[in-house]
Amino acid sequence: MTEVPEHLLKRAKAARDKAASQAETPAEGAAEETAAPSSGGGDSRIPAHLLERSKAAKSRKAGGDDAEASESGGGTATAVATASTGGAVVAAGGPPLAAGPGGHTQRLLTVVKAGSIQDVKAKPQDKVHVWPHLIVGEFVAALACSSFLLFFSWFVNAPLLELADFNKTPNPSKAPWYFLGLQELLTMFHPMVAGVTIPGMGIFLLILAPYMDKNPSNKPEDRKFAISLMTLFLMFWAVLVIIGSFFRGPGFNFTLPWIDGLFFEL
Amino acid sequence: MAKTMQGSPKTKIQDKISQVTDQVQSSQAWNSIFRPGSIFRKGYSDSPRNRSYVIMNSVLYHLHPVKVKRHAVKVSYTLCLGGLSFFVFIVLTVTGIFLMFFYRPTAAQAWDDIYTLQTSVTFGLLVRNMHRWGAHLMVLTVFLHMARVFYHGAYKAPREFNWVIGVVLLTLTLLLSFTGYLLPWDQLALWAVTVGTNMMGYTPVFGSQVRFVLLGGAEIGTDTLLRWYVLHVLFFPFITVIFMAIHFWRVRKDGGISGPL
Repeated sequence: MTEVPEHLLKRAKAARDKAASQAETPAEGAAEETAAPSSGGGDSRIPAHLLERSKAAKSRKAGGDDAEASESGGGTATAVATASTGGAVVAAGGPPLAAGPGGHTQRLLTVVKAGSIQDVKAKPQDKVHVWPHLIVGEFVAALACSSFLLFFSWFVNAPLLELADFNKTPNPSKAPWYFLGLQELLTMFHPMVAGVTIPGMGIFLLILAPYMDKNPSNKPEDRKFAISLMTLFLMFWAVLVIIGSFFRGPGFNFTLPWIDGLFFEL
Repeated sequence: MAKTMQGSPKTKIQDKISQVTDQVQSSQAWNSIFRPGSIFRKGYSDSPRNRSYVIMNSVLYHLHPVKVKRHAVKVSYTLCLGGLSFFVFIVLTVTGIFLMFFYRPTAAQAWDDIYTLQTSVTFGLLVRNMHRWGAHLMVLTVFLHMARVFYHGAYKAPREFNWVIGVVLLTLTLLLSFTGYLLPWDQLALWAVTVGTNMMGYTPVFGSQVRFVLLGGAEIGTDTLLRWYVLHVLFFPFITVIFMAIHFWRVRKDGGISGPL
């Protein structure tokens, strides 16, 4: 019925084998299957005089069944060493109260697995080793990225225009591409609004996003509003940057790149 | 090499090599360098124990946990964008250190130094190109990483604060790129920065002070160059590394990467 853990079975078997090989009195060894060394056995942890006393007490109680009584005291002592010390002490004080069939003071009733008495909440997760599964992917990505960067840099040179000259303002003067959205806003709003208020609000809203979004789900179908809003936000900047980069010419006036050419440096 | 060609003593040489390899690999020096789990150790084999050791005993890999959720290793989930941002940052650091050997941040010398770097330094042009394109690439990957994290809802509890750190890192990336933009001291740099700093000068209440601090004077000049140089090569990288450390640490503290959807 109950599944006895393998290591316990192994330990019991080892003890049995040891007992069989060391048995001093063959009569006692043959008496019971779980037999262990007799009370006089050398590896018993219980002092000999205590065993003698318990033997005497048991024989008094049981009326002369000497062989079984002595086997009970010594047998449990080796099979379940730590617990049997207590049992033997009880036995020494008087008759063993819980003596079972065959004179055993203890029996293994059941082995309870941890899961049945502990409330395990965490479900086991499907996990893989980082080495090699993740490291391989990262290595390939890093390799692809560096080779892309290397080859791109091999064939495309970074711009180096003529020396900076305060007296020669290029037309148009453009900010770096990631700020061209702001420069584009500059054509529509007061510089304070375009250069400080709107980007400041943008960053502020991004920081607040996780605290404003109370929806606990991360499934796209549950987050239609959040996704639409973010897409709108990203598209807003992307469109402004593209217009500022490619569709603005001299005087930052609107041009079409396929007619007037590009006014854009990276 | 020549000895191995002779044929008959081939096996002896192979024995010798394996013997020497054994000796080296069991020496104290070797074992003090390579910790348990290193693939250079003697007797490395593919076992769960060694797989764990590889991660635990490597200063670089131990940014990772020993195990991750199975979906986390799918390239289609993260698109590697966060990792690539970090990788490009490292590439930029390395190429940037190279450039620093040939660059003096003064209005009189900066442009000439870059020009000399391109024309007479071995690989100078290539390394400068890599630094420039890498900088643009990093802005792009950081931006895309942010978009990816948002669309996966990965900023939600318990990762709210890591998202905030991420926004700070995005801002720092833009500032790093922008401060580097002035350093070549060409027409593009000067006027792009003029446009940018004029905009910042419109900060309410203390706008002119902000502009003065940024420029190191009333107008862009050699002081601005020195100031932005220090910001670019020391100040912002320093701050960025601190925030990146917190960012990576929080990824693990918040239970690894998010998902699956």
